[in-house]
Amino acid sequence: MAYKNASSPHQKQRRTTSQVMVLVILCLIPGVFLQSYFFGYANLIQISLACLAAVASEAFILKLRNRPVLNTLKDASALLTAILIAISIPPLAPWWIVVIGTIFAIIFVKQVYGGLGQNIFNPAMAAYVLLLISFPVQMTSWLPVQSLQPFSLTLMDQINAIFTGATLDGYSVEQLSVSIDGLSMATPLNTVRDALHNGFTISEIFTSLQFKASSWQQIYWINGAFLAGGLILLFKRVVHWHIPVSFLLGIGIFSFIAFAYSPDLNAPPLFHLFSGATMLGAFFILSDPVSAATTVKGRILFALLIAFIVVIIRNVGGYPDAVAFAVLLGNMCVPLLDYYTQPKVYGGGK
Amino acid sequence: MNEQSQETAVGTDKTDSADPVYKELMRQGLWANNPGIVQLLGLCPLLAVTNTITNALGLGLATLFVVVASNSLISLIRHLVPQAIRIPIFVMIIASLVSCIQLLMNAFTYELYLSLGIFIPLIVTNCMIIGRAEAFASKNGIKHSAFDGLMMGVGFSIVLIILGASREILAQGTLFDGIETMLGDWARVLTITLYQADTSFLLAALPPGAFIIMGLIIAIKNAIDHRIKK
Repeated sequence: MAYKNASSPHQKQRRTTSQVMVLVILCLIPGVFLQSYFFGYANLIQISLACLAAVASEAFILKLRNRPVLNTLKDASALLTAILIAISIPPLAPWWIVVIGTIFAIIFVKQVYGGLGQNIFNPAMAAYVLLLISFPVQMTSWLPVQSLQPFSLTLMDQINAIFTGATLDGYSVEQLSVSIDGLSMATPLNTVRDALHNGFTISEIFTSLQFKASSWQQIYWINGAFLAGGLILLFKRVVHWHIPVSFLLGIGIFSFIAFAYSPDLNAPPLFHLFSGATMLGAFFILSDPVSAATTVKGRILFALLIAFIVVIIRNVGGYPDAVAFAVLLGNMCVPLLDYYTQPKVYGGGK
Repeated sequence: MNEQSQETAVGTDKTDSADPVYKELMRQGLWANNPGIVQLLGLCPLLAVTNTITNALGLGLATLFVVVASNSLISLIRHLVPQAIRIPIFVMIIASLVSCIQLLMNAFTYELYLSLGIFIPLIVTNCMIIGRAEAFASKNGIKHSAFDGLMMGVGFSIVLIILGASREILAQGTLFDGIETMLGDWARVLTITLYQADTSFLLAALPPGAFIIMGLIIAIKNAIDHRIKK
């Protein structure tokens, strides 16, 4: 048997912060590409708006704090935050939604705590929660899939809708979010939730017209694309496996328990795994090295806790998706988790 | 309560220049030791009811009245109060003053009374008032105590009003909305609509928004202090 005989340090590859961030951004591309393929280019416009706002607010606040502006901007962490915000909001949300969200994320969630590496909360998710609480109407007007849209939207239409609230032909975003057969558009999670409230069972919902119109297949595909991007991150060792794997396992186990307990009232595990922000959250949001737990046991507990909260809120809570809330709640527990899961130093203590 | 505060203000104006103590008290209450943004006392009403200027003004004036009156009364009886049971006595005096103001508001500004709700009786538990009673009024003469109460109350009210104004602008795009509930129907003209908000920035109207704006005000105050020191 051959033993590898390497002297410490064993980490062979060194990556700078900006290399890590750029790699994460690159791994987001498959998901973003599918999003714009299914729902129109609007999310690319949102991404560019968010990036502009992020760079501007980061530069402004760094200047105010007398920190090196260009060096810090180069680490691309603000860009990553901006992209995460832009892809979590509805594609045709008004421009100021994404701008307010990004400015809040950069200034209040990141820089106020002292910049990259100091923030307690995940900036993108804190901004998402701020937007969801402040502007519930705009944050829930999702578009139908392009093939089901009653009016085909050109790029100019989408730009116009983002900046003025109406397309070139004068259709408002509310009109656009109604699909071809007049069914009001919602995400699959939302559709399931509303139908459950109206007394339908899961099996009835999955065969209903509403659910078929809710673009669940496309959402599955997008989640699959984020999964693929995430696997590249795992393979490249940019994120440790503990958080994504235990998060997905947690979602599977907890939603299976709920499903097994009452299959008529709780969606099956596969639906939970591939809807909403599950995959995006598992690989790109929970694994944020700054706001996540740092010990191995802590990471596993952190991910399981978030998975538990996500399943609870999705099944019995007030919001259709819960990754953002769950991540913030998980972030709050991180100091405690890190404290109680400190590994023992070899030879020290009992 | 308007007249009360004005009278006190006029009464102290004359002596202000004569005695350096008053100047110091004024500096302490309004800036250096402001109960709202430096001592961080009475945060519960400060954050809970400042969603409009009207509410902020109403609560600010009520608190102002209570702190001036309680400081004066406690300063008057400070030699008669046994040291061991001074706190219960202070609280009883403050509670009776708050009951007065609550009944007055119930009688004359009923809608404001309703919109402030539980936070009027909660003035009793405002640490700023008991703090001034214990730290200042129980050791100083009536003139200084009353002036200290006035300055602390004004300092507190100013913070309330700034907070209320910024939250009202962000959430509703108006200023002095609902002022008629406090001053009577003529005051409707005071309501200013800065912009027509299609969608309100709900966070500013919610408690987290109050915390964030409060943090910003404290940060600005600290930045100004920092600059003055330089």
